[in-house]
Formats: sequence, structure tokens, C-alpha cells
Amino acid sequence: MTAANSEAVLPAKGIEAPRSGRIDPKYLRSNPSSGSFEMVAWVFMRVSGAALVVLIFVHLFTNLLVGEGIHQIDFAFVAGKWANPVWQFWDLTMLWLAMLHGTNGMRTIINDYAEKDSTRLWLKSILYLATTVIIILGTLVIFTFEPCLVDDAGNLMDYAPAFCENIAN
Amino acid sequence: MWSWVGHRITGVGIFFFLLVHVLDTSLVRVSPEAYDAVIGAYKHPIMIMGEIGLVGAIVFHAFNGLRIILVDFWKQGTRYHRQMLWAVMALWFVTMVAFSIRHLMLFFDGWEGF
Repeated sequence: MTAANSEAVLPAKGIEAPRSGRIDPKYLRSNPSSGSFEMVAWVFMRVSGAALVVLIFVHLFTNLLVGEGIHQIDFAFVAGKWANPVWQFWDLTMLWLAMLHGTNGMRTIINDYAEKDSTRLWLKSILYLATTVIIILGTLVIFTFEPCLVDDAGNLMDYAPAFCENIAN
Repeated sequence: MWSWVGHRITGVGIFFFLLVHVLDTSLVRVSPEAYDAVIGAYKHPIMIMGEIGLVGAIVFHAFNGLRIILVDFWKQGTRYHRQMLWAVMALWFVTMVAFSIRHLMLFFDGWEGF
């Protein structure tokens, strides 16, 4: 009984899958040349999405809901946070994941609504250019940031966070 | 269907804010004055309402996104997708009441008027 069933579902040798070879390739949903990119993108959206919930909720909590909230955010606040490598890494991870997650979402939307090939190409070119610029800019800002700025005479500027005074002296 | 529309609209909105937010944060590399001047705009009452709207979009996208993950990967996900949407909306409401109260209180505490 079991053997008969399993034999029934296995394709016999020499018999092709249903309708294979009878459909013009341009109507096929699977495109062999694109490989597994769409599958990787689908998994990425779920994995990065779950990570971003944690990254962004903590980001909003520490910046807006504790201390003085929105009023505390200034140059010294950013400098104080990025003095800690944990927050540098946190913001870097958030930047990359959010930009790639958002870009893939925008790519999906462009594919859905832009019907002309040339429109899709243009919109996606602009999208990928913007994404590249923003990711590189954000990464450089996090790693080249100088919190303890000094004036021409070598004195700490007013905007410098408090911890700079220990370093300067 | 409507959760799908809401997910797309909030996603696009958050994406464009993200572009602006990376640019405004990048001003810390221009000068402290430039950063403080631009970030000061976020402390205007109109922007405070905008922030509540932005966080509302983020919280919906986050909770509905977790629901999508459960529909895709949890065995019972498709059976309970409707109940999970109600849970998303209830959690969104509770989170937004708490966030709005806290954000407005902190805003009025430090506000120096127009």
C-alpha cells in the first residue's frame, strides 16, 4: 500500500513535468538566470525586520523617552553616545540593515507599479544610487566623527561634551 | 488586504524619513552649530506631532512585520492571521498612547515657547 503510493507520486523516468516545453519561456514565473536572489531577499526581509524592531525600539527609547527626551538631542548628545563603541556598532548595524531593508521594499514596490521597462530601470537606478550614497555617507560619519573639537587657539569649543575636558588636560 | 496596504504606505514613509535622518545626522561632521540648528527643527510643536506620526508608522510596520513573520514561519500562523491583526492593532494603540503621553510630557517640560 505504502510502496504503491510512493511509486505513484514519483515521476517515472522519461516522463517530463507537466506542460514542460509547451510554454514560451517568457511566460514562465521562474527565471533560471536570476538564481536564488529573490529567495535570499525574502529571507533577508524577515531576518533584518526582526532585528530592526529591537534596534529601532531601543534607539527611540534611549533618545526620546529617557532623560530630557527630544530636548537633550544636540551635538554633545551624539558625541557622548558615539564615545561608546557599542552605540557606534548599534547605529552602524541599524544604518545598514534599515537601508537595505528599505531599499528592497522600494524595489518590490517599483517592480509592482512601474509597468514600462525603462521606467523601472530609471527608478531603480535612482534608488540604488541614493542607497549607496546614504550608506557610505552614514558609515563614514560614524567612523570619522571627532567629538572634541578645538578652536584655532587650541581650546575646547563650547559644544564639546563634558568628557572631552579630561582628554584635553 | 488593508494591513498589506498599510504596510506598504508606512514602509515608504519610513524609508524617506530614513534618508533625511541620515543626512541631518551627517551634519555632526560639518559643524556642531549646523547640527544643533537643524536638529532644533525637530523640537518645534509641529514636528513633535510629526514625530508621533512617524513613530506610529514605525510601530505599525514593526508589529505587522512580526505578524507577517509568524504567518510565514509559525505552523498555526495562517489560521490565526486575523486574530493576530487585532493583536497588532491593540498593541499599536497601547504603545502609541504610552509614547504620545511620554513624548508630549518631555516636550512641554523643556519647551521655551515659540
